[in-house]
Amino acid sequence: MRLRWLVPTLYILFLMLPIYWLVSMSFKTTNEILGGLTLWPKNFTLDNYITILTQPVWYNGYINSIIYVCMNTAISVTAALPAAYAFSRFRFLGDKHLFFWLLTNRMAPPAVFALPFFQLYSAINLFDTHIAVALAHTLFNIPLAVWILEGFMSGVPKQLDETAYVDGYGFWRFFVKIFLPTIRSGVGVAAFFCFMFSWVELLLAKTLTAVAAKPIAATMTRTASSSGFELGLLAAAGALTIIPGAVVIYFVRNYIAKGFSLGRV
Amino acid sequence: MSLELRNVVKRVGGETHIYDTSVSLHDQGFNVLLGTTLAGKTTLMQLMAGLEKPTSGEIWFNGQNVTGVSVQRRNVSVVHQQFINYPSLSVFENIASPLRVAGMKRVEIDNRVHRTAELLRLTPMLKRNPAELSGGQQQRTALARALVKDSDLILLDEPLANLDFKLREELRDELPRLFADRHCTVVYATSEPLEALLLGGHTAAMHEGRITQYGPTAAVYRHPIDETTARVFSDPPINIASLIKSGRQVKLSESVKWDVPAALNDLPDGLYQVGVRPHLITTKPNGRNTVPLTGTVQITELSGSESVIHFAHTDMKWVSQSQGIHALQVGATETFYVNIDGCLYFGADGRLIETPAADAVPQAATA
Repeated sequence: MRLRWLVPTLYILFLMLPIYWLVSMSFKTTNEILGGLTLWPKNFTLDNYITILTQPVWYNGYINSIIYVCMNTAISVTAALPAAYAFSRFRFLGDKHLFFWLLTNRMAPPAVFALPFFQLYSAINLFDTHIAVALAHTLFNIPLAVWILEGFMSGVPKQLDETAYVDGYGFWRFFVKIFLPTIRSGVGVAAFFCFMFSWVELLLAKTLTAVAAKPIAATMTRTASSSGFELGLLAAAGALTIIPGAVVIYFVRNYIAKGFSLGRV
Repeated sequence: MSLELRNVVKRVGGETHIYDTSVSLHDQGFNVLLGTTLAGKTTLMQLMAGLEKPTSGEIWFNGQNVTGVSVQRRNVSVVHQQFINYPSLSVFENIASPLRVAGMKRVEIDNRVHRTAELLRLTPMLKRNPAELSGGQQQRTALARALVKDSDLILLDEPLANLDFKLREELRDELPRLFADRHCTVVYATSEPLEALLLGGHTAAMHEGRITQYGPTAAVYRHPIDETTARVFSDPPINIASLIKSGRQVKLSESVKWDVPAALNDLPDGLYQVGVRPHLITTKPNGRNTVPLTGTVQITELSGSESVIHFAHTDMKWVSQSQGIHALQVGATETFYVNIDGCLYFGADGRLIETPAADAVPQAATA
């Protein structure tokens, strides 16, 4: 039993290894990376980060990504709120089927939609805009947000609505002033998942953009540029890409725990 | 402040939740809706509040037809069985919420909320969130919100059912005081007959979507118009058995017979029903005219001051309720005594034939 620390330690070690490797690479020069196996940076350098934060071709990728991710999160949650409310509060013809159908949208791989979306957005002159990517991602995010929010809303007794009506609230006043604050952790969790999905999704974002709205993931995954291999630079970009997700997770960690206990996340 | 239902029917899908119901509620004291779960109490209250529209029929309030008027414009208050408060607002804001919506002045809101909080002993909790309160305090908050505005109609839907025993008694004693000097119609739904008796006022017995009887509580208890009402208004459950009248005697079974009661005197021989409340069947003779009833003990439930004993006589199960502790052996054959002066007699159609002259509210009701 003295070795019981072994398994978790190994687990964490393996888990952290790729991240360590990425961060360590980002502080190396490209020559050192290509030169051979080194466990830690021999010539510690911040040049990679400085390049990313000063050259528009790099930092614009981050700005573009953040713009369409935020747009997408806002659109998805706003559209999902009334839908989830309807599913949680009303019984209507085919409600269960519709709810299931929404979920099946998430089962299709994004690659399926890459071609039709490319053609469609080009046809209506939305190609290479932030809103194009944001809209494309709602296809997957709205069903997810509806599903998460419906779980939270169903946890709120219908009598709360009735009590508010009895107190004199109209529907919208009740929804904004009473209901939204009541399920704010659900909104937090839904927003988090929309943010994360949109942030990590590469294929649609890459397909629908060229220059003006090019996401960081697209910039980062080109393996060679005019100046040859820039592995150190790519590693630094990768390390920076992890940060927003980590920040968002930090802020919603309590809500997610709540979401788990409600059984919907 | 009078509420009247005229031929109200509520159907949901293919199911009828409320059958044709007409009733005019009293504006003084409590109107108790008494019925088991699924009797339609909550549905009826939703119709009264305006949260649901009747499928057909009309609802009149103070001489006005309010059938189509939305709940927001009806000036009603509702307290539910579950403790419903706004989790995101403080207790103060919870109580103040109907006043804020009505656009009342800040000073007036402050005054009213503090007065109501004082009445319900919530003053120290005003700054807290509802989730930080005990169940009793949460329900007090819901009550305070219902009382803070001058509603014309206050609907209490089993408000004490989710509270533990002690708190329930405490709050139940306070309720009549809270409503004493208010000019409003109060409707109180409960599934417990004793609660109806304690609150007094008027009672509407409900069974499977119908109001079987409405009248002063004591009258409904003493003179239930039919078997169903008697069953609804009895806890422990009333004993109902077939009785054969032949000549000068009525026969419950081969061994149990007694003289024809006054009620059946002028009626032809044949089959009748007798209803005996459990407190009229005791282990020792109680009352002037008793008839022994022998049975096999099946279950004994002892509370501090009384014993409820279930026993079988012939094929039928009986329930008796005696003062004091009687720890009878299960399986033993014991003799019980039926106070026949208190029996209720029903015709073959289930309607009450004659009411007993001297029936008293059971002791347990006031315990």
